[in-house]
Amino acid sequence: MTLPLSPDTRPADPAAPDTPVLQAVDLRKHFVTGSFRRRALVHAVDDVNLALHRGRVVALVGESGSGKSTIARLLSQLTPATSGQILLHGQDATARNRRAFRRYVRRVQMIFQDPFGSLNPVHTVRYTLTRSVRIHQGRLRGADLEDALTTLLERVQLTPVERYVDKFPHELSGGQRQRVAIARALAADPEVLLADEPISMLDVSIRLGILNLLRDLRDRLQIAILYITHDIASARYFADRTMVMYAGRIVETGDSESVTQDPKHPYTQLLVRSAPDPDDLDARARGARGEAPSLVRPPSGCRFNPRCPFAVDLCRAEVPPLLAVGEEREAACWGYSDRPDRPRLGDVLDAYGERPTIDVDLLHASDDEAAVETITVETKEGER
Amino acid sequence: MSAVPVAPGRLTADPVLEIRNLSVDYGYDENPVHVLRQASLTLNRGEVLGLAGESGCGKSTLAYAATRLLPPPGLITGGQVLFHGRDGSTADILSMSDAELRASRWQDLAIVFQGAMNSLNPVFRVGRQIADAIRAHRPSVSQKEALERAADLLDMVGISPDRLRAYPHQLSGGMRQRVMIAMALALDPQVLIMDEPTTALDVVMQRQIVEQIAELRDRLGFSVIFITHDVSLLIEIADRIAIMYAGEIVEDATAQDVYRRPRHPYSNGLLHSFPPLRGPRRELGGIPGSPPDLARLPSGCPFRARCPFVFDACAHVQPELVAPDVPGDDPRRSVACLRHDPDRVAAAGFTPVPVPPELALR
Repeated sequence: MTLPLSPDTRPADPAAPDTPVLQAVDLRKHFVTGSFRRRALVHAVDDVNLALHRGRVVALVGESGSGKSTIARLLSQLTPATSGQILLHGQDATARNRRAFRRYVRRVQMIFQDPFGSLNPVHTVRYTLTRSVRIHQGRLRGADLEDALTTLLERVQLTPVERYVDKFPHELSGGQRQRVAIARALAADPEVLLADEPISMLDVSIRLGILNLLRDLRDRLQIAILYITHDIASARYFADRTMVMYAGRIVETGDSESVTQDPKHPYTQLLVRSAPDPDDLDARARGARGEAPSLVRPPSGCRFNPRCPFAVDLCRAEVPPLLAVGEEREAACWGYSDRPDRPRLGDVLDAYGERPTIDVDLLHASDDEAAVETITVETKEGER
Repeated sequence: MSAVPVAPGRLTADPVLEIRNLSVDYGYDENPVHVLRQASLTLNRGEVLGLAGESGCGKSTLAYAATRLLPPPGLITGGQVLFHGRDGSTADILSMSDAELRASRWQDLAIVFQGAMNSLNPVFRVGRQIADAIRAHRPSVSQKEALERAADLLDMVGISPDRLRAYPHQLSGGMRQRVMIAMALALDPQVLIMDEPTTALDVVMQRQIVEQIAELRDRLGFSVIFITHDVSLLIEIADRIAIMYAGEIVEDATAQDVYRRPRHPYSNGLLHSFPPLRGPRRELGGIPGSPPDLARLPSGCPFRARCPFVFDACAHVQPELVAPDVPGDDPRRSVACLRHDPDRVAAAGFTPVPVPPELALR
């Protein structure tokens, strides 16, 4: 009658219970850009392995351009991967035709960043959800369809249902729209939700409401969630495991609490130390400089080496693999290897923290009295 | 309407920009939307003032109205914006002639816009764009001198001067943002208004820019109005924070006071809307409901539908900024909440309700 939304009606896992629902193996995506003559490859995602388990949230944290959204698009099969495999319950799930793709998206749904763009403005909530229910659940009609809509809207806490079901997207607030987008994804009764920055476009006061809703769905429906974000604090709040990405590669993985409280990779340390935290104004990676590298010509070896205070020749020559750095924790940094030529890691705070708040160029500029004087002279001329 | 509640600090401090009872409507027809209602704010010399609030609360409107950059259908319906020059002169920006305004902009008061990285002209080299701004205000400066000055400015924000000849697309987002800051500082303004200057950047770059602004402020002595929705960032960089909600300033206090001792229920809720990166993990709820539709504002306090401390007077009495009703508080801070204003509640015929302990932390 109603939607088979309860977790019990799912087909039992074919393999052992700890088989990941969705798994990516050596996923790689290179985009071709440039003109015909000067072809260039953007190394957007390289050698990414990740596993999503039932009822668990994995956060993928990284700055803009680090390839985290590309991973979401690869996992949802909206973009084909250059190489690598996507496994659903341990079986290759690469969709080679339209019907296979439909079967796949029934189980793996995506939530987009922008709820203003992802809902069609000319359709009501009822139409949007009905479409999704019809596509994924077959031909429901009449009372069954109404029941399905009610269940969906109640799942995302848009109650009373009558108040929302006939609204157009522009009549809803950002948070309500994102809830409709989540309801649309739930209509397929998915096993995996890929949430690409689901809260970053929303007002700050309602962001937590959406995160708490997703967490509630994880607990009640045992959905596996990939939570993509640039905000490492929200990853700590929401996710069981956190993976940190830098320039298309995973640099650190582990349970969220350890990754945020005791980051191992220098980049993660920099990320954690750069986030604003009013309680701890001293622990700041001050004076950290540099920017993410070009992905057309990524640096050889570790992609973080141009910005890393501890980099040695080894880091510039060879790509570090993910090395075990604790219980179920890995970091892609040569500093944790046992090679004789490995870099000696310190704390980023010591490397950056002791420095003055300005960088070398600035020091140079402020020492240069002449430059400062020209400023004042010009101002006086201008004021006359 | 001469009562400016934020004024007490004026006696000791040296104001550079005073916004008094500024009101802005959107729409020219019979029922315009009152997006800014009687907002008053004082910026002191050398101060970083943070303006925080959710999208649509009027924080950008306040900044644009104060500089008369408000695009139609925005209409300033009342108020004053007093600018105090270095020489002690005072001018009302809202009553300046166009020529005066043109001369004053950039020189007295410069703005770094939201998404500044896209406000550079893509077809001109960045050096020329900075030089143009300088020469527009100082026609006596030669192009060569202006370019030299542009090189100094780039150097000041940590960009190598040889990037003068770069086009905007050759610079990264963070560098473009710093070019915009350099450009805003070109004429040594006294007030710098920054509208979400770091929102589009990642945290490492955000920290870099915020540090740069703090350092330049110390060296050049300008004042900053920093607009953002990221309260935790503001607590770190601002001296004083004004929290806005639905077109009104609801709390105005020093950064540490806002963080440690919030007095308005909305500020309190906003502070608990960010999951902390350190410290104990705790369950957070955000603020229930969503911001009101400014076209259909409820009577009384605009926050009352979401407020956990609402009482009967909130639906009928409009709160105004007063000193908080907590003994021992900084007298310069102010809050617009009826819990802190028993006199107004009593005058309207309601029974005052005491301040809840959550809003009276020491």
